[in-house]
Amino acid sequence: MELVNKKPSSLVDIKMHYCPGCGHGIVHRLIAEVMDELGIRERTVGVAPVGCAVFSDDYFNCDMIQGPHGRGPAIATGIKRSQPGCIVFSYQGDGDLASIGMAETVHSAARSENISIIFINNAIYGMTGGQMAPTTLIGQPATTCPKGRDPKVNGYPIKVCELLSQLDGARFLERTSVSTAQGVIKTKKAIKKAFQNQIEGKGFSLVEILSMCPTNWGVTPLQGLKFVDEKMMPLYPLGVFRSPEQEGGQK
Amino acid sequence: MPEIRVDETRCKGCELCTKACPKSCIEMSDTFSVTGYYPAKLAKTDCCIGCGLCAQICPDLAIAVWK
Repeated sequence: MELVNKKPSSLVDIKMHYCPGCGHGIVHRLIAEVMDELGIRERTVGVAPVGCAVFSDDYFNCDMIQGPHGRGPAIATGIKRSQPGCIVFSYQGDGDLASIGMAETVHSAARSENISIIFINNAIYGMTGGQMAPTTLIGQPATTCPKGRDPKVNGYPIKVCELLSQLDGARFLERTSVSTAQGVIKTKKAIKKAFQNQIEGKGFSLVEILSMCPTNWGVTPLQGLKFVDEKMMPLYPLGVFRSPEQEGGQK
Repeated sequence: MPEIRVDETRCKGCELCTKACPKSCIEMSDTFSVTGYYPAKLAKTDCCIGCGLCAQICPDLAIAVWK
């Protein structure tokens, strides 16, 4: 008998603080596995966000920096431009990237900065207590809209991949999900491609990952998987929105 | 025969692995772990095929797949 799934060396072997059924742990493991497979751990710098993943610098076994809310792409830009040999990734949630950090995200994509962004979309603010995020679905309850998001008052959800796909600078955009084991495998491929693009100097890559937040959705972890599949996927369809191979083309 | 070994100190009892298992081999234990959760366990013998899908979806790296 031999162990099939060895723990990635790019992840520190400690317990994570995330809630049961949270998608952050899965994505952390995938990023660490990709770093191991590409052999880039020694020269990788990660940018931790504000949000539940603020402590991800405790978990990733590479250089990490923690930035102010939403400023991940700006910090990653600075690191990449001053240290072009480094592989720089920014790990961000939806409240972080699509709300306060929207300007940084859009402009780093427009400039086609050679960085990789891992964007966790769980349709809610997690750490701060389940407030409505820009990606919260219509009718979805949150602590700041207890009766559900009303488009007349709160507007409509932002689809980040569709939005950024209009920009010529955004070279690789893919939306995946970690609600099934098959989706996890696809997500790993997408993350690997985002890092490979950066190694090959192809420019801005962003992977949007639909993830679960059972605690703030007020459901069990298994119901959380169902919520992603049945409620989020119709609004946020999975797929590749831009890739360096199909220049200028939208899916 | 392949098998999984669940690290009970890491498992948070989220049950995602029970849904990911194509053979429905995994069930939740009915006794508490030291961390206060009902951890997952391999419920049936000669059931696991070692596909590793449970380990893919486990958010806490609690499942080791042995083949």
